[in-house]
Amino acid sequence: MRIQTHPIIDFKKRKKLPFYYQKKRIFGEQGDTIASALHAAGIKTLTTSLKYESPRGFFCGIGKCSSCLMRVNGVPNVRTCIAPLKEGIIVEMQDKLAALPDAKFNGVPKKTLTIDILVVGAGPAGLCAALESASQGASVLLVDENQCVGGQLIKQTHKFFGSKQERAGTRGIDIAKELENDVRSLQREGKIMIMTESTVIGYYESEKKHRFGVVERCEYRSTLYDVRCDAVILACGAMENMLLFPGNDLPGVYGAGAVQTLMNVYGVKPGKRVLMVGAGNVGLIVSYQLLQAGIDVDRVVEAAPVIGGYNVHAAKLQRCGVPILVSHSIKEVCGKNNVEGAVVVALDHQWKPISDSEEYIKCDTICLAVGLTPSTRLLSQIGVQLEYIPEAGGYVALHDRTMQTSVKGVYVAGDASGIEEASTAMIEGKIAGLAAAIQLGRSKNKKLLTQYHKELTQLRAGPFGEKPRIAKEKIAQEKEKHHAKL
Amino acid sequence: MRNYEKTGILSIKDFQVPSEKQLEKGVAILECVQEIPCNPCVDSCPVHAISMQNINAPPVNDFDKCIGCAKCVGICPGLAIFVVKVKGNTAWVTLPYEFIPVPQVGAIVKALDRTGAVRGNALVKKVVKQGKTMVITIEIPSNLAMEIRNIKV
Repeated sequence: MRIQTHPIIDFKKRKKLPFYYQKKRIFGEQGDTIASALHAAGIKTLTTSLKYESPRGFFCGIGKCSSCLMRVNGVPNVRTCIAPLKEGIIVEMQDKLAALPDAKFNGVPKKTLTIDILVVGAGPAGLCAALESASQGASVLLVDENQCVGGQLIKQTHKFFGSKQERAGTRGIDIAKELENDVRSLQREGKIMIMTESTVIGYYESEKKHRFGVVERCEYRSTLYDVRCDAVILACGAMENMLLFPGNDLPGVYGAGAVQTLMNVYGVKPGKRVLMVGAGNVGLIVSYQLLQAGIDVDRVVEAAPVIGGYNVHAAKLQRCGVPILVSHSIKEVCGKNNVEGAVVVALDHQWKPISDSEEYIKCDTICLAVGLTPSTRLLSQIGVQLEYIPEAGGYVALHDRTMQTSVKGVYVAGDASGIEEASTAMIEGKIAGLAAAIQLGRSKNKKLLTQYHKELTQLRAGPFGEKPRIAKEKIAQEKEKHHAKL
Repeated sequence: MRNYEKTGILSIKDFQVPSEKQLEKGVAILECVQEIPCNPCVDSCPVHAISMQNINAPPVNDFDKCIGCAKCVGICPGLAIFVVKVKGNTAWVTLPYEFIPVPQVGAIVKALDRTGAVRGNALVKKVVKQGKTMVITIEIPSNLAMEIRNIKV
C-alpha cells in the first residue's frame, strides 16, 4: 500500500518502527502518523459508530472529524490521524465511549508565556501572518496541531496559480518548504517561537491581555501553557464537508483532502480505484494526483450542471481518460466492512435523481470534494461576532479590511475567514500580521498594507473570484451593521 | 453555456489557432481559455510573445513573435500549453508530462487526444526536465497535430 515511486515527490527510505495494534506487532515508518501506519498495513477500520456497531475509518485526516479516535498507551480519544507514530506504542480500538484513564494529567506544572502576537495555525495564512508580524518587530508565538508546519500546503504537489508575489508556478510543497525555512530562520533569531503538536484549547479570563490555554503534546504527555498576548491571529483553516447518502461512514469514504494527505504526505495509497464526488478544483486536482500516485480514478461526478473548477484542471484529467460527469451524484455506497462499490445516478435540472439512471461502479475508495466549512469554534468561544455567509462556506467571523474581528486585537486569516484558496490566504495572513503589528505600535508601514490589499483585489477580480468577493462584501456589510448597532 | 464547461474538453473553436505558416515554424498553443488569476507564462516568455491584459485575462500569444522554445510548456501551472510544429505529413507536439515512467528518446508511446482516447503511436523525439515537469516532444502524423495532447507510456 506504500507508493514506491512518484513523478513529483521523492519519498525517502525511512526507518521502520514496530508498534502494537490490537496486541499484534506491526510496522510503520518514521514520520508516519498512527493512522497512516495502520493504513499502510491495510487497516482502515479505526473505530466504531457510537450508536451502531458499524465500522468507521478517518474522514478528514487533519484532526478535525473525530472518526479516528483510538486508545494509545492506555490514553483514550487520541486523534490517530495527527498523532505521530512512535516506536513500541500500544494502539487499541476503544469501546465506544472510552473510560477516563487514571493517568496523572496534572503532574506536569503549567508554564506561562507572554508575547505580542499569538498565531493559531501554521498553514499558508498563519505562516505568512507570523512572518509578517515578526519581521515588523513583534514577538510571535506560532501554534499548530500537526507534527510539522505548512498546513495543507505540504500535500499540494501541483504548481500554484497567481502571480510572482504569490510564488506562481511553484508547487505547494515547495512553497511550504520556503515558508518553513523563513520562519525557522526567524526562530533562530529569537523572533518567533514555534509550538507544533500543540492545541489552543480555549480563551480565558484576563484583565488586560488576551489569554489562551495551549496544550503541547509530547510523547502523548501534555503540558499546559498559559499564553498572554496583545493580539491573536486565528488562521485555523477549514474542514471538509460530508455528504448524506447510505454508507457514507464506511471505512474507505474520505474527504478528498484526507486522501491527498495520506498519499502525498505519508506515501500511502488509500485504495486501488476511486470514485471522486465533486468537480471543483479540489476534486479535479486530487483526482489527477491520484493518477500520479498510480491509483485508478473511475470517474468524477458533479451534481451541478457545470464543472466548478478550472477548465485546465478538468482538461488534464480528461486527456488521461478520466470522465467527468456533470448532473450526476452518488446515491449510495455498497459494502459491509469496507467500500466495495457505489451507485451513481443522473440528476435532472432540479437536481432530482432521474429514475432508472443508476449505475453501479466497482471501487474501493470514495472521495468527497464537496466544499469546506471554516473552523470557527475558537473564534466563537472568544465571542467575536459570527454570521452565516453561504458564499464563505458557513459561519465566519465578521472582519474589517485589516482582518480584525469585532473584538479588538483578534484577527482572522485564510479559510477560517471564508473559504478561498492558498494564494489569497497567504495575502490575508500578511495583512493580518502587518495590521496587528501596526496596532501594537511595532510598525508604521501602512503603504505595504495598501499594496497587499491591491494584490488581493487583483486575485479576486476574475469570475472565479466572484464567490469570495461576494462573501467578503457581505462580511464587510454585516460588520458595518454590527458596528452601527453598538 | 459553452460545451467545455460541462465536459472539460476544449475544441479547436475555443482557443487561438495559428496559421499554417506559423505552424511550420512551431508555436505555443495556449489552451487556457478562462479568466483565472495566473500569469507565469507571460514572465517565462523570452521574446515577450505572450501577453495578458490583466492577471485574470486569458493569455494571448503573438504567433509571429513566438519562437516555439517551449519554456512556457514546463512552467504553466495548468499544464495547458503545447508547442505544435507541422512540416508536410509530420507534426511535432511538445507537451507537459508529470507521470512515471518517463519515456526515453526513441521510444514508441501511445498518442492520446483531449478525451484520453488512443489515436495511434508517437515517437519520442526529445525529453527535457523542467523542475519536476517533463517537457516531451513527440512525432505524429500531421493530421493529428491539433488533436494529440497526451501520451501513455
